Amino acid sequence: MNTPFAGLWAVLLVGLPLLLAVGAYVAGRRIRPILVWIVPLVMAGMVTGLIHGLIDQGPLHYEIGGWTPPLGITWHIDGLATAMLAVTVLVMGAVCAYAPSYFAGSIKTASAEKTKLFWPLTYLLWAALNALFLSADVFNLYVTLELLTLGSVVLIVLAGTTDSVAAALRYLVLGLMASLFYLMGVALLYASYGTLDMATLGGQLQQDPLTWTAASLMIVGLLIKTALFPMHFWLPPAHAGAPAPVSALLSALVVKASFYLVLRLWFDLFRPVAPAPAAQFLGALGACAVLWGAIQALRADRLKTLIAYSTVAQLGYLFLLFPLSSAPAVAKTAWLGVILFALSHALAKAAMFLAAGRIQQLAHEDRLDRLTGIGQCAPLALSATALAGVSLIGLPPTGGFAGKWMLLVAGVESGQWWWALVVVMGGLLTAGYLFRFWAIAIAASEHPSQRAPVNWRMELPPFMLGVAAVLIVFLATHVAQLLEIGAAFPIGGSGEVAP
Amino acid sequence: MTLFTLYAIGGVGLFAMGLFSFVAVAHLLRKILALNVMGAGVFMVLIAIAHPERAATQATGVDPVPHALVLTGIVVAVSATALALALTCRYHAETGRATLPEDGPGNEGSGR
Repeated sequence: MNTPFAGLWAVLLVGLPLLLAVGAYVAGRRIRPILVWIVPLVMAGMVTGLIHGLIDQGPLHYEIGGWTPPLGITWHIDGLATAMLAVTVLVMGAVCAYAPSYFAGSIKTASAEKTKLFWPLTYLLWAALNALFLSADVFNLYVTLELLTLGSVVLIVLAGTTDSVAAALRYLVLGLMASLFYLMGVALLYASYGTLDMATLGGQLQQDPLTWTAASLMIVGLLIKTALFPMHFWLPPAHAGAPAPVSALLSALVVKASFYLVLRLWFDLFRPVAPAPAAQFLGALGACAVLWGAIQALRADRLKTLIAYSTVAQLGYLFLLFPLSSAPAVAKTAWLGVILFALSHALAKAAMFLAAGRIQQLAHEDRLDRLTGIGQCAPLALSATALAGVSLIGLPPTGGFAGKWMLLVAGVESGQWWWALVVVMGGLLTAGYLFRFWAIAIAASEHPSQRAPVNWRMELPPFMLGVAAVLIVFLATHVAQLLEIGAAFPIGGSGEVAP
Repeated sequence: MTLFTLYAIGGVGLFAMGLFSFVAVAHLLRKILALNVMGAGVFMVLIAIAHPERAATQATGVDPVPHALVLTGIVVAVSATALALALTCRYHAETGRATLPEDGPGNEGSGR
């Protein structure tokens, strides 16, 4: 702990949303304006403070309550963690501004009851996400994963339909099974090495069957939670069936959180002991996800299902990192590219789902064949999908382009051209399914008079997220500098770059 | 065979049995039970790890850390089971089925 302030910000980033989750449940409507407007700004301020502390001081270890490992639990604050915290604040801020209007205008009744539960659960989710990004203790990570699953499941059920209950149940039982895989892995790691602290574990791992079993159990558990092909089947009904603000949180942040853990475990712990085919296998699953998700998105008959399958496809890209980073020369490029891609996907996908929620409300449904000409009713929401979509496809100048470009470069330079081919194919397919929606949305409408006034509270947040997904490319060098602080990257370049 | 290995093998066995029945059985209540059996398996392994013969920390006696993990794990398992049961009740009340749509026929207690 080298700065008291940075440690304080980190504690508050978890503690404040947790307190407010309880507060929101007890106080209900009375603190609603605080939850909607003030807290996201305060959280953004704290993340900024944390980033400043990081740039001044380098990566931080924070020992909670002053207890040192092996008994205490540590938090590790580095560039990657703060980047995830920052994108969480952006998405959460947009969702908080959007949600009151969404629930007020929602077709189903009992929306008051729903909003009552939405806020405590959203803040619980926020606390769990922040704790997950900061934790450096494999068991503590298990607890945050469970919090995340439980919070997400209840949020899905807020949609109130029977389908959403079924989707939430499937997600819950699979999520619990995945967590138990992870926990079994943790138990085996502790049996071998007698510690749960990732920094302590890092240097100790041996190439033995017990470690391999532990690593496989933990990674497989997380892959189920990240919905990597072929364990993706729970995702589309859950993400498409949830209320729009919840879909945005799930697709943008919750699946990224378990991917973040895979990333952490792989690069901080398992990479030196993992056999080479493991990385190739993960990459192959990722490639299948890119193609299969895109094909299903092309066949989807509902807008939100289309966006949810797009998430399956885009998550596949993230796993191309593992084979690409096995070539030392390009490992860093691939790593930065994938994280940049994940960050811009979070912004773009949240924008897509929020805009889809607005479109669904205007059209009273989201079957694609009923959305003809919907662009005339909601021009701003449609523009938001356009900005976000351009980033998803990976056209310049967007964050998605920067990420995909770095993946392409890494693929070509390391001679693994087939992964580069997957990146290009995936981009084309993405363009295919998104243009399918846009072609319907901008077609001439049968009843052009139904133009609604712009609902700023519901259309501006997705639009701003779309703008952010584009603008991130202009900040790419700064983001890369931030990510390199404390990055687990001894190979291919200097591990820690002085800002 | 020491007590430690016996417990550890028992734990892994429970985990495997739970996993098998989680995959093989469609009925939601039995799936939730299977998850609890898997959880019990993990907890058994953790308890075995804490055994003095095996204790990873060099201190004498029983290693307390795995016990703390099991306690936390039980809390998590109880809340997760409660949520799963509540959702199952609601799903059953709304549809009259106790299996998820693609998992099999809706009649009660059908295995596979």
